[in-house]
Amino acid sequence: MKTKIKAIALALALALGMGVTALGVVAGEVKSLRPNAAAEADAPPAIYKVMEGTKHERAYRQQPPLVPHTTDKYEIDLKVNQCLRCHEWPYSDQEKAPKISDLHYIDRNGVRQDVVNGNRYFCKQCHVPQNDAKSLVDNKFQAATTNTNIR
Amino acid sequence: MSTENPAKQGVLSGWWSALRSPSSRWSLGMLLVVGFVGGVIFWGGFNTVLELTNTEAFCLSCHEMEQNVYREYRGTIHDSNRSGVRATCPDCHVPRPWIYKIQRKIQASNEVWHKILGTIDTREKFEAKRIELAKHEWARMKSTDSRECRNCHNFGAFDLTRQQARARNRHSEAEQQGKTCIDCHKGIAHQLPAGAFKAERELNDSVGGAVKP
Ligand code: HEC
Ligand code: HEC
Ligand code: HEC
Ligand code: HEC
Ligand code: HEC
Ligand code: HEC
Repeated sequence: MKTKIKAIALALALALGMGVTALGVVAGEVKSLRPNAAAEADAPPAIYKVMEGTKHERAYRQQPPLVPHTTDKYEIDLKVNQCLRCHEWPYSDQEKAPKISDLHYIDRNGVRQDVVNGNRYFCKQCHVPQNDAKSLVDNKFQAATTNTNIR
Repeated sequence: MSTENPAKQGVLSGWWSALRSPSSRWSLGMLLVVGFVGGVIFWGGFNTVLELTNTEAFCLSCHEMEQNVYREYRGTIHDSNRSGVRATCPDCHVPRPWIYKIQRKIQASNEVWHKILGTIDTREKFEAKRIELAKHEWARMKSTDSRECRNCHNFGAFDLTRQQARARNRHSEAEQQGKTCIDCHKGIAHQLPAGAFKAERELNDSVGGAVKP
């Protein structure tokens, strides 16, 4: 009886041990798209300065324009949205900032409203500041600069 | 004090006449020296206390200040920047010229009263009263032509050519139109209260519409 228990315990231990090592090997081998192993934390990205004052071309027609200035100091929450303080009419004239296009005022039923619609309230969802950083992941993105439909 | 209490009156008037009559024991010189030294000590102590209440640590000793405005101020340009020069609470909120400083300090004793009352002792209460507090600050800065900002920033010393385009355009305009820093730089160190833009328009209208909108 005692030897039986011992044997089972040994077998279990072996099985578990094997399992653990096998798992360990698997985790070690999985690579994320970024150069480090999947189980490790990402290396902190290099620091790049935000490029200010340069207007960037759009890569395709519907692209939300990139922001040619820093955005981190502007508060966007339920209380206020500081972007509106410069980009919404009538501030846009005074601040010489591009006026938010009318598409931002259309609600989900296609009805035009007088305030920026909720689905466009969080500007930084779509508009990001630009910096001259290398892409984290290799990719084949190309700007849609050739429009085959032009007559 | 009334005539019903002659004993007390007697003691008081005794003191009073002692204070009023010239000293026969101490020489005038001695009195002057003691008075001078005492004055220096009193004045020094007064100013030391004044300076002690002019530190970031003092402001943060009240959780009303620490839990709300200070947390938001952390990480903003005046807390940490590439040059490592900081602007702390009193730099923006307490005037430097002595007479205005005293004036502000006396006003600020009101804060102690509201601390005891617990006017803003929770985040909710603070947010509810915030627009009022912010309006006070804006009005104050507008009326002093943003004096505290100008202790460190000087329009005349701005090298516009080294500023970003947005700042350059607006600053050259602002100088001509006589606008002041706070007209454009609200919410520079803290979050803005709800309804801030509406309040801003009202404020500008109330002082003669010098700044639109
Ligand atoms: C102090 C005023 C001010 C604030 C606040 C501000 N902007 Fe701007 N923004 C400008 C100005 C001025 C320009 C034009 C800059 C230029 O042409 O070089 C601009 C340009 C832009 C553009 C480019 C538009 C185009 O047609 O290319 C976008 C997008 C933009 N801002 C988004 C934002 C977002 C998002 C926020 C809030 C996080 C914001 N802005 C806050 C003043 C402001
Ligand atoms: C759902 C994505 C989305 C959100 C959120 C959004 N935008 Fe846009 N924005 C766009 C797109 C797409 C365009 C380009 C097409 C157009 O002009 O409408 C654009 C254009 C703009 C332009 C340029 C208009 C012009 O005529 O050049 C400005 C300025 C702008 N947005 C500001 C803002 C601000 C400020 C906010 C936040 C209140 C915001 N956007 C939120 C998608 C978005
Ligand atoms: C005794 C605790 C306490 C201390 C210490 C304190 N505060 Fe306050 N502060 C308060 C309270 C409470 C209020 C709200 C007053 C009210 O409700 O009118 C307040 C309000 C303010 C306001 C708004 C003023 C206004 O006109 O409405 C400013 C600005 C401010 N404090 C700055 C400071 C600064 C700068 C310091 C450091 C020099 C400081 N406080 C130290 C408790 C304190
Ligand atoms: C104790 C000195 C001091 C005081 C007082 C002060 N500032 Fe500053 N301010 C600085 C410093 C230092 C910087 C950062 C400079 C840098 O490294 O770019 C700065 C930066 C700024 C910036 C640049 C923001 C950015 O994101 O680039 C603005 C705007 C500004 N201050 C406005 C104000 C206003 C408005 C006031 C008055 C309410 C004020 N300052 C009071 C020292 C001060
Ligand atoms: C007419 C509006 C206006 C007035 C008045 C104004 N500014 Fe500005 N300032 C701006 C704008 C717009 C920017 C750029 C956007 C931003 O930083 O939010 C700016 C940017 C700055 C910067 C950063 C510059 C840079 O290149 O990044 C500083 C510092 C500054 N302001 C300080 C001040 C001070 C100090 C005063 C008062 C003497 C003042 N400003 C008055 C509109 C104004
Ligand atoms: C760069 C200048 C600056 C610094 C530094 C600064 N403040 Fe302020 N403070 C302001 C301005 C400007 C306002 C007016 C409201 C606004 O525009 O955000 C204000 C408003 C306030 C208010 C009123 C409530 C509100 O949010 O409007 C309190 C309380 C306050 N400050 C306390 C502090 C304390 C405590 C510190 C130190 C941690 C501090 N401030 C640092 C500029 C500054």
